Amino acid sequence: MAHTAIELNGISKSFGAVHANRNIDLKITAGTIHGIIGENGAGKSTLMSILYGFYQADSGRIQVAGKPASIKTPSAAIALGIGMVHQHFMLVENFTVLENVMLGAEGEALLNTSIAKARDELERLERDYGLEVDPDALIEDLPVGLQQRVEILKALYRGADILILDEPTGVLTPAEADHLFRILRQLKEEGKTVILITHKLREIMAITDNVSVMRQGAMVATRKTAETTVEELAELMVGRHVLLRVEKGEGRAGDVMLSVKNLTVKDSRGVTMVDDVSFDVRAGEIVGIAGVAGNGQSQLLEAITGVRQAVSGTVTLDGTPVELTGEADPVDLRKRGMAHVPEDRHHVGLVLPFEENENAMLGYHWQDKYLKGPLLDIEAIRDDARRKIEKYDIRPADCRLKTANFSGGNQQKIVLAREMEQDPKVLIVGQPTRGVDVGAIEFIHRRLIDMRDQGKAVLLVSVELDEIRSLSDRILVMFAGRVVGERGPEATEGELGLLMAGVEKKEAAE
Amino acid sequence: MSAPYAKLPAWADYGLIPLINLAVAFLVAGLVVMLVGENPIRAAAILVEGALGRGQNIAYTLYYATSFIFTGLAVAVAFHCSLFNIGGEGQAYVGGLGVALVCLAFDSVLPWWLVFPLAIAGAALFGAAWAFIPAYFQAKRGSHIVITTIMFNFIAASLMVYLLVNVLKPAGSQAPQTRTFLEGGQLPKLNFVLEALGFSVRSAPFNLSFLLALLAAFLVWVLIWRTRLGYEIRMRGFSPKAARYAGVSETKIIIIAMLISGALAGMMALNPVMGDQNRLQMDFVTGAGFVGIAVALMGRSHPAGIVPAAILFGMLYQGGAELAFEMPNISRDMIVIIQGLVILFAGALENMFRPSVQALFASLSPQAAGVEARQGEGG
Repeated sequence: MAHTAIELNGISKSFGAVHANRNIDLKITAGTIHGIIGENGAGKSTLMSILYGFYQADSGRIQVAGKPASIKTPSAAIALGIGMVHQHFMLVENFTVLENVMLGAEGEALLNTSIAKARDELERLERDYGLEVDPDALIEDLPVGLQQRVEILKALYRGADILILDEPTGVLTPAEADHLFRILRQLKEEGKTVILITHKLREIMAITDNVSVMRQGAMVATRKTAETTVEELAELMVGRHVLLRVEKGEGRAGDVMLSVKNLTVKDSRGVTMVDDVSFDVRAGEIVGIAGVAGNGQSQLLEAITGVRQAVSGTVTLDGTPVELTGEADPVDLRKRGMAHVPEDRHHVGLVLPFEENENAMLGYHWQDKYLKGPLLDIEAIRDDARRKIEKYDIRPADCRLKTANFSGGNQQKIVLAREMEQDPKVLIVGQPTRGVDVGAIEFIHRRLIDMRDQGKAVLLVSVELDEIRSLSDRILVMFAGRVVGERGPEATEGELGLLMAGVEKKEAAE
Repeated sequence: MSAPYAKLPAWADYGLIPLINLAVAFLVAGLVVMLVGENPIRAAAILVEGALGRGQNIAYTLYYATSFIFTGLAVAVAFHCSLFNIGGEGQAYVGGLGVALVCLAFDSVLPWWLVFPLAIAGAALFGAAWAFIPAYFQAKRGSHIVITTIMFNFIAASLMVYLLVNVLKPAGSQAPQTRTFLEGGQLPKLNFVLEALGFSVRSAPFNLSFLLALLAAFLVWVLIWRTRLGYEIRMRGFSPKAARYAGVSETKIIIIAMLISGALAGMMALNPVMGDQNRLQMDFVTGAGFVGIAVALMGRSHPAGIVPAAILFGMLYQGGAELAFEMPNISRDMIVIIQGLVILFAGALENMFRPSVQALFASLSPQAAGVEARQGEGG
């Protein structure tokens, strides 16, 4: 029978008053794919960081391949055959694949012999595991799916037998994700052990052999994947019954509130990212833009919100044109009723070192209600923040807490509360649930439907196809900068997937 | 990955860690003193005695601290906008020109209390103007402010030499300096305050601009944490993208932050020019612009930290002068070494002892160490 690859006993880790991990027991069988799910803040990353030597547990024992192990640094983990593929890739953009794989494992002072050795080894790994990547390609030229392969190759090159993948599909298209799963199965067949951290229940069901559920720092259940259901796992994760699909009534589309005509946008290198795109968004409807990340959605959002210069075309907001020179005043757009939940809440939508209350007015800080003569009205600002915290159930309910200390879902709620409470005419939303836990996703989706039902025009850009399908009244698919199709919400995943991959099916249109 | 450090209580963060850094800086400085063959303990005693031993010494310490408060605040305001203004030296130098022009024009017609506000305006205006050029290039052309402000220090020095030698020097004088200001261009001394407290001060340049410095520190706090402008400055300092999203013009905010920074640096000139020497002379800034960087780093860009840090550096300056006098083996450059060590440990290596202090706190009392473990995505 298969032996145990990793065994954790009574692992606890506290950060001050917060128990990130409490008394965790976990047994991972060698040669299996083991999923770990849980909401943000459930302690998955902390647990894996302990396993990978970033943190030391306060108490508890780790055994690797049956032997007690003390993992004080990542290099100790690597020596024990544990490799990690991080959610945010740790690659040097302007190095080649080969150079990245070698980095930190060069072997000797002079590179020429070790390069040759590394190249042979890399080619062998690529062959054995179906991980084809050109060793001489620069990382910055590779699509994210291939960059992820490089991360996996890096771990294998260091002799990893146990591979930890942290939210690996967040940046992948459905097709790329499928390919990744094939690779993981291949790795499993070669006898490797894979630990997959994710919050996507579908992936757990599709690929894992066993699944462990974490909630609030504790390990609440371990199941054989074949013997559980999505519903059971969701309930275990959140601790209550969860609606996985939002219920919504028929939309009542009204006047055109946002109109985009023949919009063309280039990026800083002069590459056309948005190519002659036209669409309307009416009051009381959600228009979803589906597409694989990097097909011009970000640039489209930036052009509409006046942040990025457009080459040509027009954008009208409630009948008045939007300045497209890239010098548009975001404050003016807000005054005219455009609210914007940006794709990147960490760098754009929020200032993470700010207190929560300071972010609750970001972009609206010029409003009279926040000011008292020449000074900020600190009391009014905090009261306003507390009101939003209450209304949007933001936790912890502390408006003086640094924003970086909120979980992803709560950070997103801070942004949504700010933008929705302005009672905008048009709400532009990018990736509303990226890195957000299941419980918060349900809440966010509900609020977006509510906005629609209140007669707001909502433009939703998301790489999560499920999200687009369950929320949108109309779906536009972007590929290579163009809108390649429009579908109703009844469109199948396969149909949209083909459009997203650039395979146009004329006969299926409208 | 998550933030590697757990949070510390505020008193440890703002009090204990700077003190540890300082202690290490002095420890290493002590080794240097041993190297030159003197007793470090005696040297430390002389230094402290020289800085605080008598009313006279305290007055000098506070006189130096006054300059450092201004330049420290100048660096801090720019820091909050994530701009590294190394040009405090030049801005202060040119600020002195503003002070001198006001004093030369009005010292015979107006009393000092009417000249003083004009001189403040002159100092701030000239300092800000000198900061404006690098700020404009940074905002519009992306020229790095560190490079341009350093270069403008040299340009300021050359410009001032030219002006002092060719324009401002009274006819027939051999010294490159302006004429001495009349009563209207002289700030009253504050030595009587120390005397009222029972210290004896013979004569020291400690003057009214010290109170102005304290007022400036308070106003900078109001500006940064209590005004919309300060909010926008911090926003751009933490995240330029978020500032753009929020409708804060990057060009505008960079220029405004640098103008305020330059004005504060310029106001430093009031202290030596109007408060002490009563004339504009060459190189009156004597490094205060650079000390301001250390002061801002040590004070963690907060006025409540900058004032004590400035006083500490005032002690180093004053005590160091006494030390150089008492111990011939130790030159004034020794003080520069200690300063450098303080900058190294309080600024560049600010976080060196943090992990161990945090580990210590965490092990002593888990409740006190606060929470900052998991954040953002992927939990």
